[in-house]
Amino acid sequence: MTRVQMIGVSKRYPGRGGNAAPVVAVDDVSIDVASGEIHAIIGYSGAGKSTLLRLVNGLEHATGGRILVGEDEITALPESKLRDVRGRIGMIFQQFNLFHSKKVAKNVEYPLIVAGVPAAERKRRVAEMLEFVGLADKAQAFTDQLSGGQKQRVGIARALATSPGVLLADEATSALDPQTSREVLALLQRVNAELGITIILITHEMEVVREIAHRVTVMDSGRAVEQGEVFDVFSAPQSDTTRRFVATALPTEPAAEHLEELRKRHRGRLVSLTFRDGDVDQPLVFRTLAERGVGVNIVHGGITDVGGRSFGRLTLELIGEDLKVEHAVAALAQETTLEVLA
Amino acid sequence: MDNLLELLQNGKFLDATVQTLTYVVIAMGLGGLLGLLIGVLLTVTRQGGILQNRAVYWVLNFLVNFFRPIPFVILIAAIQPLARVVVGTGIGDPALIFVLTFAATFGIARLVEQNLLTVPPGVIEASRAMGAGPIRSILAVLIPEGLGPVVLGYTFAFIAVVDMTAMAGVIGGGGLGNLALQYGYRQFNPWVTWAAVLIIIVIVQIVQLLGNLLARKLLRR
Repeated sequence: MTRVQMIGVSKRYPGRGGNAAPVVAVDDVSIDVASGEIHAIIGYSGAGKSTLLRLVNGLEHATGGRILVGEDEITALPESKLRDVRGRIGMIFQQFNLFHSKKVAKNVEYPLIVAGVPAAERKRRVAEMLEFVGLADKAQAFTDQLSGGQKQRVGIARALATSPGVLLADEATSALDPQTSREVLALLQRVNAELGITIILITHEMEVVREIAHRVTVMDSGRAVEQGEVFDVFSAPQSDTTRRFVATALPTEPAAEHLEELRKRHRGRLVSLTFRDGDVDQPLVFRTLAERGVGVNIVHGGITDVGGRSFGRLTLELIGEDLKVEHAVAALAQETTLEVLA
Repeated sequence: MDNLLELLQNGKFLDATVQTLTYVVIAMGLGGLLGLLIGVLLTVTRQGGILQNRAVYWVLNFLVNFFRPIPFVILIAAIQPLARVVVGTGIGDPALIFVLTFAATFGIARLVEQNLLTVPPGVIEASRAMGAGPIRSILAVLIPEGLGPVVLGYTFAFIAVVDMTAMAGVIGGGGLGNLALQYGYRQFNPWVTWAAVLIIIVIVQIVQLLGNLLARKLLRR
């Protein structure tokens, strides 16, 4: 159980060449990850999320701000002390980064050797970890005999061998197919729920955030542009970056060219409605329309689940006399966020 | 032909073969270790390496680039004064072995560096992320992970050193190369030359085979 605090963290690299401006990879980012939380950091490549993750275990050094992992102030420790702290912070990688020259069991044993754990205890712990990730039968296999999903499970067993309080996941499922990806995410969820390990994961996939994260930070150009409960952030996106991520997970507003197409096919009034579990009463919306004698065609959109709550956007064609439609739109505007498209 | 049989019978060929093998084994042993050391240092001190150090890298890189291109027969002459200081003589087997080791060191350093650079940086990062210090990351991860290609590099170096031993005669060394030149070439006896060549080919083939087998085992393909 470890809390991770990033307070106004920055990372600047000196510019290449004499007078080149420094490159700001991470710009004044603050994230408070509660103990036992799964926190996702989502952003496109180059957003600085990978660098930020490496600041947390001190693989790279922040040029500004403070980072605390539990009681340890990462940003104040010298490299020699950081090594001890890293035993309490696990890390898994997109490319797994397993040691091909070592068998599976030796891979999992390595961090224990580094930590100076006695041999008997190491053996017990390796068996226990391989059991946990469901690979007890692969202990004596070489890593290149494993599938991608198995490799990442070995990666997870290795990262957790020293019983860290935090697990850093660097695009842990990006190299896996959707099915395998879900299995690995389910395992991470178990890691969090059963072992109480705080997880910070970075990703560019909305799916990953949706499946397991409790809270999310959206990063763009080194800055944290949005932050909060996954449902709140994605059901009411404030920034363009967030909106684009939401659009990858569910069809929201029709794109401009698609809208034209829709207009050709649908003569009625097109309106776009936002639904948020808890805020918007779906039956009420449809009852309102029915009561006012307005017919409905759902022409675009969808509803999805995030963190156990649903939200979405539907584009409706309202069919009926102009005046009735007018009144219905006015009535709906009371109930929900509504946008008239045509 | 008669001459060849005589040389075979009086043990000249056997002696020369043992001499060549002695030169190569000592030069590969010492040069192999020193080359490994310099090669690893080149790998880890370069930009982005885990012991990044511009000065050390620059100096080592310069030394390797300076000595490696010198043709061996010229290197023998060029570093003869150094041989006198280090092994006490500028001629004979000790001087020859010194120069062989010297050349092998710098050649192997570059081979080791090139092959260790094929190790994905991610595995070193993983080792660091688990709290390993640089020395442990080098010994327990970098070298084992790169060992397959490194073994192939050593095999290549072994054959290059066999090649170099042919110049032994220049400073009074012996071996198969010297035998081929002295008894074959100078005495217009191609049988002797070709017999020496044959033995060299057999040695090279055996070493290449062993190297391939070992590398295949390490690379598991």
